[in-house]
Amino acid sequence: MVVDHRQHHVETLRSAISVLIYPIQYLVNLPVAVGQWMGESVSTRENLLEENERLRMQHLLFKAQLQKLSALQVENLRLRELLQSSKKVGENVLIAELLAVDLDPFSRQIVINKGSNDNVYLGQPVLDAEGIMGQIVHLGPFSSTAMLITDPNHAIPVHINRNGLRAIAVGTGAPDILEIPYLPNSADIVEGDLLTSSGLGGRFPRDYPVARITQVAKDPTQPYATVTAEPVALLERSREVLLVWPSDKIAQPETTTPMSETESASQPDAAAAVKPVSETATTAAPETEPAAATDSAPATREEQ
Amino acid sequence: MALAKSQGGFVILITFVVALTLMMMPLPEWAEAARPQWLIMAVIYWCIALPDRVGVIIAWMIGLVLDVATGSLLGQNALAFGIVAFLAIKLHLRIRLFPLWQQALSILILVALYQIITLWVKGFTGQSAQSWSYWLASITSMLLWPFVFTLLRGVRRFYRVR
Repeated sequence: MVVDHRQHHVETLRSAISVLIYPIQYLVNLPVAVGQWMGESVSTRENLLEENERLRMQHLLFKAQLQKLSALQVENLRLRELLQSSKKVGENVLIAELLAVDLDPFSRQIVINKGSNDNVYLGQPVLDAEGIMGQIVHLGPFSSTAMLITDPNHAIPVHINRNGLRAIAVGTGAPDILEIPYLPNSADIVEGDLLTSSGLGGRFPRDYPVARITQVAKDPTQPYATVTAEPVALLERSREVLLVWPSDKIAQPETTTPMSETESASQPDAAAAVKPVSETATTAAPETEPAAATDSAPATREEQ
Repeated sequence: MALAKSQGGFVILITFVVALTLMMMPLPEWAEAARPQWLIMAVIYWCIALPDRVGVIIAWMIGLVLDVATGSLLGQNALAFGIVAFLAIKLHLRIRLFPLWQQALSILILVALYQIITLWVKGFTGQSAQSWSYWLASITSMLLWPFVFTLLRGVRRFYRVR
């Protein structure tokens, strides 16, 4: 136990046992999967048409935003070149599905159906369409466990989107509350501020939305303000999650490459809008961040 | 013991797999804390019924599997399972003679002990549960023990597990 807590030598043993458990997890997940499949196959034509219409509208909207975004991205890159600093742009992503398996009810963890066979690695960031969900903590060949940002053992470096003030968002164990400790009473922070990941610590990619401030209590008798925030990711509702490979990971996973190719093929106008961003691939909702796009252009990296 | 050849190890394994499946079955949020501890109940039953077949070592290994399944610290459930199995084997002659409701009370104590040990380990690693609902699992386990006991006894007799 101590060995597991302090070091991580027994991670191999854990991943070996997780292979034994995977069939059971699959079995437990089966009723949910079947129910979903049934629901999809018996849904009426009108429903499907309606959904199709809605998705088409959304797609159009996102595509328009994406065009603007790639232009902005290139402009950003050019300006940075002028300043003679370079910045990595873009990550690879892979979609994984949640297994409907219950874990310890007092820690916030989820099981996903991708493992080391899909080049998932320990500490990898997990996102959904709205923001950061958590990171991988246990890795098996076929499945892995991710710790959510609301887990009491989890903390994520963030900064306030409005003014760049750095802070740390700590999980509380409650499903929708994060705490921001050690902010002085004089800190410029108000309700409704968006917290985005700061990328410090090198584990999470920069500038993804994390949480929104819900409450700021400044008590002059206390040394620090009491600040709570609500995660923007749909931690309890998402069924699909995104795994992100930051671009400075040397081993680029092959599994994601075909996806990015098909994606770029399906969005020719968006990719053609600007030349250097040739392999644009984004499965995350483009409104979340420019960083979700893949770019092979810059070779030098300043961070991490 | 040398004459009575043991048999039915496969059946025991199946009951453990079923119990583990029940442990991982998704429950609604409000019921999660009250999930009966199926796996520890199965372990206790086999320790009481066949103490020479299922012992501390097997209980420890099953605890290890549960650790991986629930994503907890490796060894946390294993330690608790081992200790509870040891006690169950120590007391198996006594518990066997109890009427069902009295058995259920001893199960309450054993499962509560299991929960105390895991809570203790969790406290060490800085992830303690805050609410009293943590202890609901012991109560539901106690309430379901007569059902589990009769079911497993039926299984044991039907398949002549010795």
